[in-house]
Amino acid sequence: MENGENTARDPSGFLSQIIGAPVTVKLNSGMVYKGLLQSVDGYMNIALEQTKEIVNGKVHRDYGDAFVRGNNGMAHLPYN
Amino acid sequence: MADAEEGAASVGEPLDLVRLCLDEIVFVKLRGDRELKGRLHAYDSHCNLVLGDVEETIYVVDEDDEEEETVRTVKKQSEMLFVRGDSVVLISPQAPS
Repeated sequence: MENGENTARDPSGFLSQIIGAPVTVKLNSGMVYKGLLQSVDGYMNIALEQTKEIVNGKVHRDYGDAFVRGNNGMAHLPYN
Repeated sequence: MADAEEGAASVGEPLDLVRLCLDEIVFVKLRGDRELKGRLHAYDSHCNLVLGDVEETIYVVDEDDEEEETVRTVKKQSEMLFVRGDSVVLISPQAPS
């Protein structure tokens, strides 16, 4: 049911399908966060686990869990 | 229930992570190079926050005559702080390492 045909056809359906996957999240500010995607909601707020904050290509900080507010302009990219 | 149709994820929705932080010390990153550390007393779906015993850190970039940029931090203490949700970027239950 959660993998029903139409869930993948919209962006939030795609995001809910990649829950648990490692993702890279880019904000408008240029900041990048990498972590495991815990959850997403309708505002595209996201929760990440084992989050790393990356500035200028370098790991700047480590967070355990992190909530990122959805309005910050994000691209979510699955990575390995 | 809304989370039933969402399927997946034991966490439910992202704001559940914030709910788990109630009455705990949280780290909040704001727009404009500001960070807060304080006890989370209340929040809502806009990410409006009420924090107690807050330390605010502001990163100020100074540019001198030779265009050299130095980052300076300014710290402020507040007993109680209301944060409007639109300036929130990130909320984390633990201080970054």
